[in-house]
Amino acid sequence: MATVDIDLPHVKDHDHDPHHHGPAKGLGRWLFTTNHKDIGSMYLIFSLCMFLIGGLMALVIRAELFQPGLQLVEPEFFNQMTTMHGLIMVFGAVMPAFVGLANWMIPMMIGAPDMALPRMNNWSFWILPFAFLILLSSLLMEGGAPNFGWTFYAPLSTTYGPPSTTFFIFGVHIMGVSSIMGAINIIATILNLRAPGMTLMKMPLFVWTWLITAFLLIAVMPVLAGVVTMMLMDIHFGTSFFNAAGGGDPVLFQHVFWFFGHPEVYIMILPAFGIVSEIIPTFARKRLFGYPSMVYAVASIALLSFIVWAHHMFTVGMPLVGEVFFMFATMLIAVPTGVKVFNWVATMFRGSMTFETPMLFALAFVVLFTIGGLSGLMLAIAPVDFQYHDTYFVVAHFHYVLVPGAVFGIMAGVYYWLPKWTGHVLNESLGKFHFWMSFVGVNITFFPMHFVGLAGMPRRIPDYALQFADFNSIASVGAFIFGLSQLIFVYNIIHNARVGEKATAQVWDGAHGLEWTVPSPAPYHTFSTPPKVD
Amino acid sequence: MTKALLALGLSLAGSSAMADWQVNLNRGVTEISNAVFDLHMLIFWICVVIGVGVFGVMFYSIFMHRKSKGAQAAHFHENTTVEVVWTVIPFLILIGMAIPATGTLMDMYDTSEADVDIQVTGYQWKWRYQYLDEDIDFFSNMSTPREEIYNEAGKNPNYLLEVDNPLVIPAGKKVRFLITANDVIHSWWVPHFAVKKDAIPGFINESWVRVDEPGVYRGQCTELCGKDHGFMPVVVEVKPQAEYEAWVAAQKAKQAALADAASQSYSIDELIATGEGVYQRVCAACHAPNGGGVPGAFPAITGSAIATGPIADHINIVANGKSGTAMQAFKEQLSAVDLAAVVTYQRNRLGNAVGDFVNPSDIQNY
Repeated sequence: MATVDIDLPHVKDHDHDPHHHGPAKGLGRWLFTTNHKDIGSMYLIFSLCMFLIGGLMALVIRAELFQPGLQLVEPEFFNQMTTMHGLIMVFGAVMPAFVGLANWMIPMMIGAPDMALPRMNNWSFWILPFAFLILLSSLLMEGGAPNFGWTFYAPLSTTYGPPSTTFFIFGVHIMGVSSIMGAINIIATILNLRAPGMTLMKMPLFVWTWLITAFLLIAVMPVLAGVVTMMLMDIHFGTSFFNAAGGGDPVLFQHVFWFFGHPEVYIMILPAFGIVSEIIPTFARKRLFGYPSMVYAVASIALLSFIVWAHHMFTVGMPLVGEVFFMFATMLIAVPTGVKVFNWVATMFRGSMTFETPMLFALAFVVLFTIGGLSGLMLAIAPVDFQYHDTYFVVAHFHYVLVPGAVFGIMAGVYYWLPKWTGHVLNESLGKFHFWMSFVGVNITFFPMHFVGLAGMPRRIPDYALQFADFNSIASVGAFIFGLSQLIFVYNIIHNARVGEKATAQVWDGAHGLEWTVPSPAPYHTFSTPPKVD
Repeated sequence: MTKALLALGLSLAGSSAMADWQVNLNRGVTEISNAVFDLHMLIFWICVVIGVGVFGVMFYSIFMHRKSKGAQAAHFHENTTVEVVWTVIPFLILIGMAIPATGTLMDMYDTSEADVDIQVTGYQWKWRYQYLDEDIDFFSNMSTPREEIYNEAGKNPNYLLEVDNPLVIPAGKKVRFLITANDVIHSWWVPHFAVKKDAIPGFINESWVRVDEPGVYRGQCTELCGKDHGFMPVVVEVKPQAEYEAWVAAQKAKQAALADAASQSYSIDELIATGEGVYQRVCAACHAPNGGGVPGAFPAITGSAIATGPIADHINIVANGKSGTAMQAFKEQLSAVDLAAVVTYQRNRLGNAVGDFVNPSDIQNY
């Protein structure tokens, strides 16, 4: 690795072992770093910032929806908030957080010294802040930010889109490039840099889920790039891909978008499956039940994700045969997902459980993700979906799988591995306080959305009929509880990560895996000589 | 835990159907909507049973198999029989759900042998209803006043779910809807009919309904269609056959009266007076009630080159729209009188003072 030579002058100052030197000093360390731990930290901090910005937008939405009538924002701005909230949470918060965890943990879990392609790793992180700077700057442009929903259906986003759409397209391209490079790097690392003896079927589940996720990313991010490029052509170069008046097809947009969009949904949940599959055995002090079936289940979910996209489009007027095919294919996903949930429960069964913060988040993940999964099964039934489609029932469903699903998964991972990163144990009481506030907040926010959705409230509306008022007020109160309790998380990380009690190498007494064999905090370079795995 | 709460909520909901705390789907008023409701409840209860089973075992483990109670971890980590069982059983349950669902879907798709055909067209942000067999064609705009939306007046019970011209259909007849859109994608939804179909420019989607019980049924647009997506309700009035026929006759008389009105001449003051109402109903959503527009999104009328330039250009853009923008062709939506009135109003009010006007008879040429 060439950077080792660049850093050499510093080695003399402070290091006794020329093969194990620390990071460079100052800003340059972060700009030019090729170290997987530095890049992992930057991804995670970036993702936390985006989570807070996207969260603020969610609070604007919930504040406006606290009561019927327009109080705080105009519909035009409301639509910009829903759009930006979705885009930022999906592409800015959840995805980079998983890439950050992958950067930190995958090399340490498979006994590799670093990622396989460290320079590309640096590049794939550093283009990301610019993508979001471009996207966020559109809020200040004339005509405002994108206002057509995170799904940006044409022709609302093409012929009828605001001028900032072009900046949005550019931003999406950069995010896509970043994701694809990250995915290539992860695949190259996992397939080439495993320690001797670490066969594929011995890899930790988190590594497995990321390997499969990375293939999904490589398969679908180019499709997203394609669809936004077609939009760009429609807007600026006179084509009519999505313009019916020019012989195009607005439904084509939805097919291409959801061919990306559905696998994207699994990109945001599979690594969380991996994290939870690491945490539950640790705190149940019992081996993961059904490891091979877990791997096969993740692989089948990933494969099925390519043939179910049109269940997002049951109301576009597909032929009957199409509806039936996509309904059956979607219902099939329940089988491997069920296998995963059953395996987690079987892992807990007859274990010896303790309930530290990471375990609490993991348990909440299992319960609340399952609720989201069951409402997903309801949504799969095409004739009933006509009643659910584009109502708050859908909003409730995907927030249950994304917030207490993906986001709780990420938080569980952070609480679980942070002592390894910083060398300090997090404050358990604060962690539990954060957990319970989040758990209560999330349910108060999203559970009533099932009710208003079933009662007939469409999504993406800034104002609503009077019969939806009560549950909307409750949801808004819950959103503020959930939002504010994330400040506990931020405080806990910043404060305790610096001054908390020293962590041992093992950290959690039931933890197994290579990452727990290195000291806490993990040295700047780990596994320069590969460990031997039996 | 939360599942049980939902179940409790659902049983309470049975007693008060339209309460503010409604937690479940409406059963609706058609055979299809009843079938959909039953499917929904079937799947819901299956989910509840699965949830109770899974969470039951999980909470049992959490309470019984905890270290603080001295639980020792067992060593098993696979069991082929169990794993095959919990793969196969869900698969069978799914087949059990898929069969009735497919049946209902097939009924929904059977649009043959309709008694009445109505074309439903989504516009930003209103619906147009054209009765294909009867020469009836009108637009349906939300009629909730601005003051109620901006909290300057109390909200009426049908807040945001009321329109000026509801769709009227006969009871007991099979009504087929041909659904399309003029600009962006909309979606036409009436929960009590279990009919939701996207309105897509360039496509015609079909759906149908047979309602036996006369009444007023309300729904909304359910596909994000721009700024006023939340303000384009659907209201359907189901009338007994005789009343429906009377309504059809009245509509035809109204259209004849409109044609007659178009041949009259009006003074500039009369036109401005009519034009103000038309402007606030049709134009103000984008160009703002005071004519100021929305900077960067929708141009102002006040001082605009078109509203203060040659009147022919002004009429042309109002009548034919501007392709590639949200400006629609209003000659289909407004009567000749309304068109003439609104053009005259825009040229002489909202901070403009051109002083000229146009009569309905001159509009026909555009």
